[in-house]
Amino acid sequence: MNIRPMTALATLCLLALAHPATAADKPSDPQIAHIAYTAGVIDVENAKLAISKSGNKEVVAFAEDMVRDHEAVNTQALDLVKKLKVTPEDNDTSKALSKAADDERAKLAKLDGASFDKAYVDNEVAYHKQVNGALTTLLIPSASNAELKALLETGLKIFQGHQQHAEHVAATLK
Amino acid sequence: MRSVLYLIAIAGLVLGNCVADAEARTIRVTIEKMAFVPAEIEARVGDTIEWVNKDILVHTVTVKGGWEVLIPAKGTASLAMPEAGQVDYYCRFHPNMKGRLSVAAP
Repeated sequence: MNIRPMTALATLCLLALAHPATAADKPSDPQIAHIAYTAGVIDVENAKLAISKSGNKEVVAFAEDMVRDHEAVNTQALDLVKKLKVTPEDNDTSKALSKAADDERAKLAKLDGASFDKAYVDNEVAYHKQVNGALTTLLIPSASNAELKALLETGLKIFQGHQQHAEHVAATLK
Repeated sequence: MRSVLYLIAIAGLVLGNCVADAEARTIRVTIEKMAFVPAEIEARVGDTIEWVNKDILVHTVTVKGGWEVLIPAKGTASLAMPEAGQVDYYCRFHPNMKGRLSVAAP
């Protein structure tokens, strides 16, 4: 029970660090849209790496689920921003997320076989925890447009399922 | 994919055959926010289960070692219950989504 608040706290620290000048400010809707979309793209890229590298059936199936779901959510997000005439706005949090993801992917790319599978799935658990924490504590409460908020809430529900799925796959790899 | 289509075709045939049976019902299960609602259904042989997917994601109704029905995002799929028994199903894409069908003899 302590894990979730701790993760949320860690995420908040990360997000606060990413906004050194405006730590107290809430992200705007265009920024939230950009952060959420970026987070989805990162998971799709990691999944594609896993599909190309892993020989483990369960890991590949999980990665295929990640591509299918995150692309579906991001399609909805693009449709929504178009409808709302909002232009997603790049920001320090998106940049920090992308930078951390690039570093992680470079690490994963060097691994093979069982060590790749374990590192990929462990990262999926940690990454979904981090994103779910950010959605719960910062992005959903900060969203002002009701439709954006609803899509983020849907996303949270989906990503909580992904986290459980990742934890289940991680348990089979031990 | 082919086996899924095959199943749907069979489901259609079975459904067609049941039209004469005034007792056969259609029981709806809604899929919303990554859950089957209601998760447990009691039916009789010949009843049709209709899964209405309100999520933006594709889901499946999969019986381990048995049949599978694919339900498109914002779509619907149905299956007539061919035989009595109890089966547990799950979504192959989201394995934490679970449901159960208890099918009684007609």
